[in-house]
Amino acid sequence: MAEMSAMNRKLIQNLAETLSKQVKHFNKTEAECLIRLFNGLLGDQSDRRVGNGLDRGKFRNILHNTFGMTDDMIMDRVFRAFDKDNDSYVSVKEWIEGLSIFLRGTLDEKIKYCFDVYDLNGDGYISREEMFHMLKNSLIRQPTEEDPDEGIKDLVEITLKKMDHDHDSRLSYADFEKAVRDENLLLEAFGTCLPDAKNLALELSLGHDAHVFLSWTRGRSPANEEDHKVELSRQLGEKLGLCILVSAPGGAKLGKLWVGR
Amino acid sequence: MGVALTRAAQWTTASSGTGKLEITPVNESLLKEILEFVEQFSSRHPQEAKHVFKEPLQWTTSLEASDFKTEYDISGPTVKSHETDKDGHPMLQLTPPSISVHSFSQLSKIVQLATDKRLKEVRACLEANRDPVAKMLGPSFATVEGEDSSVLRLLEKVKEGDQAKETEIKVKLIILLQQLDTQLLMPFHPPPHSVYYEFTNGCRTPPWRQVHGEICYLVIKPCDTQPLHITCSTAGVFLNGGIRQEGEENSYDRTSDVYKDLVTLLKSKSPHFAENINKQVGFHVKQVAMLIVISCWLLLLSKTPGGVGGADDFSESSSESEEDEEQSERRTESNTDLPSEYWQIQKLVKYLKGGNQTATVIALCSMRDFNLAQETCQLAIRDVGGLEVLINLLDTEEIKCKIGSLKILKEISRNSQIRRAIADLGGLQTMVKILDSPDKDLKYLAAETIANVAKFRRARRTVRQHGGIKRLVELLDCVPDSAALTEEQEKDVEVARCGALALWSCSKSTRNKEAIRKAGGIPLLARLLKSPHENMLIPVVGTLQECASERSYRIAIQTEGMIEDLVKNLNCDNHELQMHCASAIFKCAEDKRTRDLVRQCEGLQPLVTLLSQADNKQLLAATTGAIWKCSISMENVAKFQDYKALETLVGLLTDQPEEVLVNVVGALGEGAQKPANRATIRKCGGIQPLVNLLTGTNQALLVNVTKAVGACATELENMTIIDRLDGVRLLWSLLKNQNPDVQASAAWAICPCIENAKDSGEMVRSFVGGLELIVNLLKSTNKEVLASVCAAIAKIAKDEENLAVITDHGVVPMLAKLTNTTDDKLRRHLAEAIARCCMWGSNRVLFGEAGAVAPLVRYLKSKDSSVHQATAQALFQLSKDPNNCITMHDNGVVKLLLGMMGSTDEVLQEAAAGCVANIRRLALANEKARYG
Repeated sequence: MAEMSAMNRKLIQNLAETLSKQVKHFNKTEAECLIRLFNGLLGDQSDRRVGNGLDRGKFRNILHNTFGMTDDMIMDRVFRAFDKDNDSYVSVKEWIEGLSIFLRGTLDEKIKYCFDVYDLNGDGYISREEMFHMLKNSLIRQPTEEDPDEGIKDLVEITLKKMDHDHDSRLSYADFEKAVRDENLLLEAFGTCLPDAKNLALELSLGHDAHVFLSWTRGRSPANEEDHKVELSRQLGEKLGLCILVSAPGGAKLGKLWVGR
Repeated sequence: MGVALTRAAQWTTASSGTGKLEITPVNESLLKEILEFVEQFSSRHPQEAKHVFKEPLQWTTSLEASDFKTEYDISGPTVKSHETDKDGHPMLQLTPPSISVHSFSQLSKIVQLATDKRLKEVRACLEANRDPVAKMLGPSFATVEGEDSSVLRLLEKVKEGDQAKETEIKVKLIILLQQLDTQLLMPFHPPPHSVYYEFTNGCRTPPWRQVHGEICYLVIKPCDTQPLHITCSTAGVFLNGGIRQEGEENSYDRTSDVYKDLVTLLKSKSPHFAENINKQVGFHVKQVAMLIVISCWLLLLSKTPGGVGGADDFSESSSESEEDEEQSERRTESNTDLPSEYWQIQKLVKYLKGGNQTATVIALCSMRDFNLAQETCQLAIRDVGGLEVLINLLDTEEIKCKIGSLKILKEISRNSQIRRAIADLGGLQTMVKILDSPDKDLKYLAAETIANVAKFRRARRTVRQHGGIKRLVELLDCVPDSAALTEEQEKDVEVARCGALALWSCSKSTRNKEAIRKAGGIPLLARLLKSPHENMLIPVVGTLQECASERSYRIAIQTEGMIEDLVKNLNCDNHELQMHCASAIFKCAEDKRTRDLVRQCEGLQPLVTLLSQADNKQLLAATTGAIWKCSISMENVAKFQDYKALETLVGLLTDQPEEVLVNVVGALGEGAQKPANRATIRKCGGIQPLVNLLTGTNQALLVNVTKAVGACATELENMTIIDRLDGVRLLWSLLKNQNPDVQASAAWAICPCIENAKDSGEMVRSFVGGLELIVNLLKSTNKEVLASVCAAIAKIAKDEENLAVITDHGVVPMLAKLTNTTDDKLRRHLAEAIARCCMWGSNRVLFGEAGAVAPLVRYLKSKDSSVHQATAQALFQLSKDPNNCITMHDNGVVKLLLGMMGSTDEVLQEAAAGCVANIRRLALANEKARYG
């Protein structure tokens, strides 16, 4: 067993070395943490050889429990965005590549990622129908209204007016990119698909080793890290049976009226 | 109600004298309305109801003592109310059949207790008091057919600020009465189809037109002619050149005759209107026209400062007049067509209310596409309840929603009504909390919005009371001076900049200045003052110059080396920044060390260079102010001489606003302390404009002008010019000014004039009542006035004839009365005056009898040597009277004088010796008489 784990450790280190060179925003230590995390999430299921990674259900659990995502459809789309080879599993490489953008992506990378999430049929455009589909739960329905979808339809028109620069009644990547550059708030225009900035740090536990903080916001100076050091919520981690701990200061309170789910 | 009564009510006889109200349906309904108004007045407006009428309303009543119950003293048939005014007169008095009532509260009660006789009472009251408003508020509020400027008159009073509370109640009362008028006339006078009214430009005239008495502009579109562009002014109404937007000055010009009212104008311009107004319907049109005017007044009223807050409001002193004081809401306009933006914004607010984060962000972003700088949009957001939602969003956990909301609030808070609404909704408290957020976008947006909202006193106080000042000061803590900043550092700088902006707004309240200092803001501001960026420097220097009204800041600006940076930035090319720097120097240079620092940092030349920016009046005022204060040091005057500052300053003596003139003249007054500069001022033609300014009314300016003229008058050639321009007479008439500073400064200036003018004795005599005037100023309680007047009297008394006249005006006992003073400056000039006044008749004896001698002896013990000389001279003169010698001797004068005989001051020496000699001579004569 000890041999196994020693060999395992060696393997993980090699893999981390390779991946950290391929993936932009993580160094080797961080990559190593994420691989261990990945393995932890996978569990010691016997069918590890069968599957190639995290399946949809497991992945959605992480998105929900760890990152506070609530919209089923968006979570599916995030899974699809991670699962680049479309084999219905997120492999360790896809996991690290995905998280690299998810946690530390540049604005460019995030624009690309969000567009991919929102382009439901993958045809390179976000159509009126796709927008309607994604926004359909974003307003309280007034039962008194003649057409309960009227508000949503109007919202779609407002969005098109704001973002459809070439006036072809759909959003091309260029449309989307320009709109987001003009107003960063529009990055997640059709639903939350990135971790909220209020969740400041992701802590990876490496067994008995010191804790390594993975910042979700890039370029934070070390002085700030101390400020932002978040209370560890070990109980949560234990409850989840995971070695990944996420803290959201004040808890993931839903401040505003929250529709859907 | 005056207007309704004179215009709408139908009277049996002509409008003058007593008449009866006809029994007509119109009158019936009018009476009922008024009755209802009076009945509810007491409960609706308890404060206004207590306002005591200027004159009581009196009428013949059918009420009897038995109708009155509690709250009244009933003795036989007469009744007096328990309620009295502050002098104890009852507010209601009944001596059947006559009743007199002093307040609305009593009117309300009468209506209540009159039961079935109430309508009759109201009718009797109105018939006996044809213009009740005039009685209630005074004759100046009488309802005059064709013009009603009562509100305007009241506004004048409000502006004067006297008896603010009293006037405020009056304003409310008159608004209530006018609302009643509107209400009375509204129901049965719908606007006719023939005329379409449209308000332009918010119905408010720009300030520079208000001085011409213009109240509002209307565009009336009669059905039969071109639209009429009309100006309503206090002089009447007339057509203008078609005002569409501000700035086209000639469009305000009158293009028609002045008509006494709108109806007359419309009658002459629109045949259709003229035809109809004489028919039955015409009556209605007339009312509508009048309603427009009333609405305009209400609008005007609502635009004028007048609100009064709690007592705490007044404790918050402020360095400058408030940019916008508490204002009441804008009324009327409710019927004008709402713009399409209004409906779109309403829809977006609906989505904000009922949407999740995603929908909220879309709605917020879409809202930002409206022109948020436009008042229509700003008020639309407020009117559809958008402000509440935007402010609620700030309390959520959703960062994107908060950012989006702040981006909108930041823009619309440029509107003063929105600012107030944000403060009323508690937005400031939330934004202050957001300053603690780790998200830098949130921080700077919140700070920038606070900067906009904190433009009025109450908001500034709220920021402080919720710990905002400390948090804003913390935002200043960044490193601004490294050349290449990372993206994060740039954000830090932006956070600091917005923090400075907010502190700048807040610093207009004295307590906030203190709070900024206590929170450690000064060293942080000093550090930011080194920033190379103008957009950072402007709020930083703006805050500093605002706070420089406090001594602690002036010291800090000096000791923390900020003068150097301020001087450095005088050389930048941004006028606003230059202005704030100059203004800070202006405020700080009262201190000598600071003046020296400005010179040592080579700040004097840039100030002189800035004088060339004469078109920017604010900059010019700050620059000239700095030059003035720096000129208090003679070393600086010498520098200014090198830079030829005076030549430029003389050129600024004409066609400048008063705030510039005060400083220019102040600087000239300081400069003229040097003889060479006095000649320069003359050669540049400065004497005439200076003398011309003596006719002004601005007190600060007069103090400086008199000083400058006085300094110039020390030069004979200048004096000739001043004399020719009758400058001395102008100075003399300023002795009549109410302000003691002006009086003193004028009296000081008079001294060199008398000294240097040709035939000055004759000149002074030619001022009718002039000598009496100046002698009477010896009754002043102001030490500076007394000293200056004594100095002037000493000069006047050199002329024997004038001395005789002032003696007749009782100068001797008045001077004697002042001798007990301990003020050395006054002592010196008082002694001079006494010395001179001894030269006439029996004045020496009179001074002795008035007890002036003993106190003068004590002056010799003063530490001020200039007092000694004048006193010794006075004593020398007084010692020519034997009784005075005895008094002096008894008070131990000899020993004191003996010491002074050894002085290096020859005048003092001689006077002391002369006095001792007189005393000695008396003693010898005495001995001789006794033993001789």
